[in-house]
Amino acid sequence: MSNHRSIASTSHGVRRRGVAQAVAASRDDAAAVPSKNTAPVIDTFPVGDTAPASDAVQLRSLALAKSYRKGRVDIPVLRGVDLEVRRGEFLAIIGQSGSGKSTLLHLLGTLDAPDAGEVHFDGRRIDNLPYSQRDALRNRRFGMIFQFYHLLPELSALENVLAPAMIASDVWSYYRRRREYMAAATRLLETVGLGHRLKHRPRELSGGEMQRAAIARALVAGPEVLLADEPTGNLDRTTGQEIMQLLRSLNRERKLTIVMVTHDLAIAEQADRVVRLVEGRVERA
Amino acid sequence: MYKLLLCWRYLRTRYIALASVVSVTLGVATMIVVNSVMSGFAFEMRNRLHGILADVVFEAHSLEGFENPEYYMDEIRRVAGDDIVGMTPTVHVPAMLSFKYGGKYVTRPVTLIGIDAATQSEASDFGKYLQHPENRRRMSFDLRDGGYDTRDHQAGREAKERSVMELAGWEYRRWRVQRERDLEAISGDLDRVPPPEFDGPPDEKVDDEEADETKATPEEKPGGSVEHGTEQDSPVESVKPPSDPFATRAKDADEVFDPMRETHTGLVLGIALSSFHDQEGDERFLVLPGDDVQLAFPNASIPPGVVTDRFTIVDFYESKMSEYDGSFVFVPIRKLQELRGMIDPQSGVTFVNSIQIKLKDESKGDLVRDRIRKAFPMELFNVSTWRDKQGPLLAAVQMETAILNILLFLIIAVAGFGILAIFFMIVVEKTRDIGILKALGASGRGIMGIFLAYGLSLGIVGSGVGMVLGLLFVVYINEVAKVLSKITGHEVFDPSIYYFYKIPTIIDPLTVAWIVSGALAIAVLASVLPARRAARLHPVEALRYE
Repeated sequence: MSNHRSIASTSHGVRRRGVAQAVAASRDDAAAVPSKNTAPVIDTFPVGDTAPASDAVQLRSLALAKSYRKGRVDIPVLRGVDLEVRRGEFLAIIGQSGSGKSTLLHLLGTLDAPDAGEVHFDGRRIDNLPYSQRDALRNRRFGMIFQFYHLLPELSALENVLAPAMIASDVWSYYRRRREYMAAATRLLETVGLGHRLKHRPRELSGGEMQRAAIARALVAGPEVLLADEPTGNLDRTTGQEIMQLLRSLNRERKLTIVMVTHDLAIAEQADRVVRLVEGRVERA
Repeated sequence: MYKLLLCWRYLRTRYIALASVVSVTLGVATMIVVNSVMSGFAFEMRNRLHGILADVVFEAHSLEGFENPEYYMDEIRRVAGDDIVGMTPTVHVPAMLSFKYGGKYVTRPVTLIGIDAATQSEASDFGKYLQHPENRRRMSFDLRDGGYDTRDHQAGREAKERSVMELAGWEYRRWRVQRERDLEAISGDLDRVPPPEFDGPPDEKVDDEEADETKATPEEKPGGSVEHGTEQDSPVESVKPPSDPFATRAKDADEVFDPMRETHTGLVLGIALSSFHDQEGDERFLVLPGDDVQLAFPNASIPPGVVTDRFTIVDFYESKMSEYDGSFVFVPIRKLQELRGMIDPQSGVTFVNSIQIKLKDESKGDLVRDRIRKAFPMELFNVSTWRDKQGPLLAAVQMETAILNILLFLIIAVAGFGILAIFFMIVVEKTRDIGILKALGASGRGIMGIFLAYGLSLGIVGSGVGMVLGLLFVVYINEVAKVLSKITGHEVFDPSIYYFYKIPTIIDPLTVAWIVSGALAIAVLASVLPARRAARLHPVEALRYE
């Protein structure tokens, strides 16, 4: 435990540049982001003063605890989770339903704040950042996909993929660069095999197609980490397998760090590493 | 950017929200219509009141009036001469007007006004309201040969035709007199036979009194309206003493008054005194220019004695204010002063009741009024502007407008609560989407922006449609009234009541802008609470929401 802390503090000391400063960083820095096939379309954080080695820890949780209130009783979900995710790694977190794996993913993605413990990303603590910086993190450095796809029903597939770009930029700058964004989103949809479905609404797509669109949306900002919450949970085996192949290839070709949560061992075993979550703690295999 | 896109998509896919702004639309449309019509009415009324009344009136409290108006006019010119365009002295006195119709006397209380034909039109729009085009150009108290307007010149083409006015004038007078004489000749024989059913002494008295005048009695006009038999008229005219010269006539007393060639003193009659409206809304005239009437009014002595005299109608006065059209009678001031004893027999000094003053700039009325007030003792004279005189009426119209505006704005406010409720529903429905947007990095402020923009665009749609509907309604209000009359079968807008032939409207762009921005503000305010709720939704809970 103390070991972890020392690492955290030193890395904190090294990276003086605040995240807020990083948000405002120029587009030139974005080129440094390790995304190989498709250049990110949204300005991203600079990776840092010193580019970390590929096997360095990219995402780390320290003694994460979280409980939910049900009526008067606090139900603990996470009871101190220590987890390290290395850059470029495909990590699967497996556990029973209710074991807190989705909650862990939300905490890692700053969607929720932990009761205790810390989350570090690229050596910086991120769980206690102000809202605006956490919003920016989710927008540009994390991609998220969900079991129920969570596409916006009012928007077409293409517009759904463009949504993070729209959120990131104001009306004028979006309008100025709309062609660029549009081209990138179209390319991404083609990459995931949805080039012929650009104008379709989510309800006109099949489950697998919706998940592909969701993956394209998660990738459009050129994130470094993809957080996947049961991506195949709502799909039949064949379609799920296709999604897994897509994720694997993204991991391989783009060196995209993927953290996937699932309860299906067969799916989990396709990852580089499997971590089992039991009763709110990591059970080392 | 996503705010605008989503707001636009919500607008196009959530028709229930559009239903909630229908009340905003109706409220805005109604407010625009009400304000336009009310200000149209107020404007017309103010114009008419102002046209009838002089800008400033200087009047004595006493009915006797004050002597030597020239002195006072000089005095007034001295204090406020720079602002004054014209002045005219007038004599006001309450009077009884009687004219014979169907063998009976019709008597009405009137306000008798002695005016100077030459200068009256300088002080007010008096001339504009006369029925003969020549009189409008240059007022004269002489009966015209004919050529009275058969249509209301103020209303133009919309007016109903008054075909009887075609006959008015000298020709009518001669025809009347001739007919009367013919009847007399016929009834001369019947004279000896006592009439079978006679109304009684009052009429008999009248007969005696009136018989000397060759007053036209059978009122059956060619275009006329009221039916009555000659039998009824015959007894009235049965007594036939030799014609009597008019004592009051300024002419040679020995000369026999010949109604074929002469008239009494001219008189301008308020049009509502001479006519009435039948069920169809058509005007029916009891008398026309060329007819004689009798006036009774107090003289200037104490205690007042009654003066009576005959006058010949030379024109009608139609100001479209029923209050005035039904009470004003104008005669030459000199004649009235003579009859009332308002001319000093020795010195020839005249008395008048009031001086009407016309200003260069009407808005300076209060200033001029105060200056004149200071120059004369308040105990003896009353100085007032036309606004002072008709203030309560105008204030009442303004009050009505204000109250209507408050009520209608409350309707829009009620619509605001409708929007609030629907918005809460939409926020609940969109909970998952809000969670997704937050997961994608949208800020609470941005989410709030979606719903505020949504509220604003609903407000724009609602009040925009309302504005267009309201303006269309105002522009075509007379056509709408006509169609409604046709459908419902009775007159929606009865010109005879309002004396307007069309519904007057004025669209004030500022008022419209206020109404629309008020409605917009309500729509945005109504969306603030749901928008805040949406902004505060916890992303994880929102994502879990199924």
